Amino acid sequence: MGNYIKLIVFGVIVLLALIAASYARDVAYMVNALEVALVAAVAFIWILRRTDEPVKKVDLSGEYMDGPIRIGVALTAFWGVVGFLVGVIIAFQLAFPQLNFEWAQGYLNFGRLRPLHTSAVIFAFGGTALITTSFYIVQRTSAARLWGGNLAWFVFWGYQLVILLAATGYLLGATHGKEYAEPEWYVDWWLTIVWVAYLLVFVGTIMKRKEPHIYVANWFLLSFIITVAMLHVVNNLAIPVSFFGSKSVQVFSGVQDAMTQWWYGHNAVGFFLTAGFLGMMYYFVPKQAERPVFSYKLSIIHFWALIFIYIWAGPHHLHYTALPDWASTLGMVFSVVLWMPSWGGMINGLMTLSGAWDKLRTDPVIRMMVISIGFYGMSTFEGPMMSIRAVNSLSHYTDWTIGHVHSGALGWNGMITFGALYFLVPKLWNRERLYSLSLVSWHFWLATIGIILYAAAMWVTGIMEGLMWREVDANGFLVNSFADTVAAKFPMYVVRGTGGLLFLTGAIIMCYNLWMTVKRSPAVEATNHMVPAE
Amino acid sequence: MAKQPQQHQDPDTTGHKWDGDLEEFNNPLPKWWVWIFYLTIIWGIWYTIAYPAWPGIKSATAGYLGFSTRAQVAEEIAEVETANAAITEKLASVELASISGDAELNSFALNAGEAVFNTWCVQCHGREGRGFVGYPTLSDDDWLWGGTMEDIHFTVTHGIRNEDDPEGEARYSEMPAFGVDELLEEEQVDQVVNFVMSLSGDAQDPAKVAAGAVVYEENCAACHMEDGSGDRAQGAPNLKDAIWLYGGDFASIKETVWNSRYGAMPNWNTRLSEAEIRAVATYVHQLGGGE
Repeated sequence: MGNYIKLIVFGVIVLLALIAASYARDVAYMVNALEVALVAAVAFIWILRRTDEPVKKVDLSGEYMDGPIRIGVALTAFWGVVGFLVGVIIAFQLAFPQLNFEWAQGYLNFGRLRPLHTSAVIFAFGGTALITTSFYIVQRTSAARLWGGNLAWFVFWGYQLVILLAATGYLLGATHGKEYAEPEWYVDWWLTIVWVAYLLVFVGTIMKRKEPHIYVANWFLLSFIITVAMLHVVNNLAIPVSFFGSKSVQVFSGVQDAMTQWWYGHNAVGFFLTAGFLGMMYYFVPKQAERPVFSYKLSIIHFWALIFIYIWAGPHHLHYTALPDWASTLGMVFSVVLWMPSWGGMINGLMTLSGAWDKLRTDPVIRMMVISIGFYGMSTFEGPMMSIRAVNSLSHYTDWTIGHVHSGALGWNGMITFGALYFLVPKLWNRERLYSLSLVSWHFWLATIGIILYAAAMWVTGIMEGLMWREVDANGFLVNSFADTVAAKFPMYVVRGTGGLLFLTGAIIMCYNLWMTVKRSPAVEATNHMVPAE
Repeated sequence: MAKQPQQHQDPDTTGHKWDGDLEEFNNPLPKWWVWIFYLTIIWGIWYTIAYPAWPGIKSATAGYLGFSTRAQVAEEIAEVETANAAITEKLASVELASISGDAELNSFALNAGEAVFNTWCVQCHGREGRGFVGYPTLSDDDWLWGGTMEDIHFTVTHGIRNEDDPEGEARYSEMPAFGVDELLEEEQVDQVVNFVMSLSGDAQDPAKVAAGAVVYEENCAACHMEDGSGDRAQGAPNLKDAIWLYGGDFASIKETVWNSRYGAMPNWNTRLSEAEIRAVATYVHQLGGGE
């Protein structure tokens, strides 16, 4: 019976999407509508083939739901490679503008690929990693199967559809023009539905937990899910120009729009890339180190301090603009006060290894997690420093910002995710161990050297161009034109691209290693049944 | 030391346990962490008293230091402008031709002009006026509208072929589109292009040069002069000097004759001060080809 309803729903979706495609006012909308039709048609056929087949009743309530997690691990690795690859391409496009090929104008030039890169790494790679690991963590630490049955599958595939629609939309020119919030109105609506379902699955699982306490990782993950929902809805308030077109008009305008955008943008960093990934850290680091978390007190204090203070720091993106000075001051002050709450996570992560430092020598996965926490600490010191008005007047609009973002993104988010994937694959596919630890070491060194090249190159160009922009002669006249700074940055742009290439190579080695782990490593007995603590 | 076995006394855990082996120690907060946290909070409170910070209904606290980012920028600009006031005034008022004779004024104008040029002009005319296709090179001695200080000053002030100049003085001329407007047959266009090429080098098809000369005489000589030396009064380029704004190969010249060109330049009198226009004119004049 349920299948018949699903068939009707998917059939209607195919029909409506095809109608929308035929009325489409622009190419991006038409292609997106056809994609929706295709996805719904695949779901329709998939369900149809299972309808009226005999169903084997198996009681799964004592087992963790690992299906979406397994696919999520594979897709995280896949999106990582895609996102890094696009990053390497645009890095070289900046060094060699000829790579903005004439024949690909309007599709594969820097302006189109740049949002593709940022969304691919943050939302496709990072987002899939967060959904995947949060499903894993919340089940294990609640000793409960995911709440809501197949709702978890809906969340998982629904999110992948967001990625597909957004990515093709960017290439075809559908964009809000808001950094890190580029997808147009219908993708935003769909993401809202998926995200609410995600919240339900997560909270539902915590509600039915068999443990008396909620583990710290889940606090961070829950704060990430709730805050991102709020940020996403407010920043994307827009009115569609037509139901059959991709364009929409923002509700806010001028400095209010800018402020909303950077309230969103900064907290996407704060709650997506910091709180969410701290949730990962709080589970995988103690697990891999086989040591208890350093301090429960510290985790409480730094959690609440981080959550309370982060949300006010956004205005530091708008120093010396139309934003009133008072807002800029508050943004800066909250950013500086945020320094210690951020470092609480670093201390808790690093000190968890006290008593197990020897593992750094023997376990390259731990090494990966430790360097990721190191980069986290560095970026969360650099960020407050750059938010100080005087520093910002030099650093703003320069490559220093890009370097800062990447030491956080490649170092912290990338490395902790790699560590989690290395932890998860043997567990999820019931393998005794990883295929090759020496390949993990290769990945570690390639990625680390890649990040260092990247960040160092961007510090040099960033500070250099900042100084060149403000250089004046004895009479107060500017010495350099903008093009002079661009020309001066060229060598460092090549170094940056090379760093990215090393990082990408490391990720490809990881994919091979994980694949071979599934194929070749000796199997062990399944461990996905629940073990509530005593 | 290193040989001694590590005496590591684990502190108590909180007693909670998840997923088999996940536990938490009951360690206290690190003292240095707490103190730095307190210090940043105290600093933050002081900072919000010293600087504009707390919003009310209609305005925000101004802070006892009286700081504002706009005032800071205005102050920095005012400082430079005050220091340069006398010489800027002089630059804006002296005879144009006398600027280069006054060493101090000339040096000031060159520096100021380079800054103006690098901000406003470099996008089209290139670094040091080296030019691009469609945007004249300013560092040579080939001038479309004249290369004296007066000429350059006039061009920068009013621009070329724009309708924005409030005084309506933009330099203006327009070459006919001989092909699209069917003023000439395609064969005639090919002939005249060959003739034009022969003025400064080799024609693509020497057989057509003679016929082209006739076409030129009837259609082009009025502006570009009989010998092809051009006419600055109407911005008609010299065709004899092998310097080409849009390219000197057969296809480029044919496109020029066929479609005509309509290169425009903004008037700068609404964006730059008189002193700035004079400064950039001085800079361009001394890039290499000033007359």
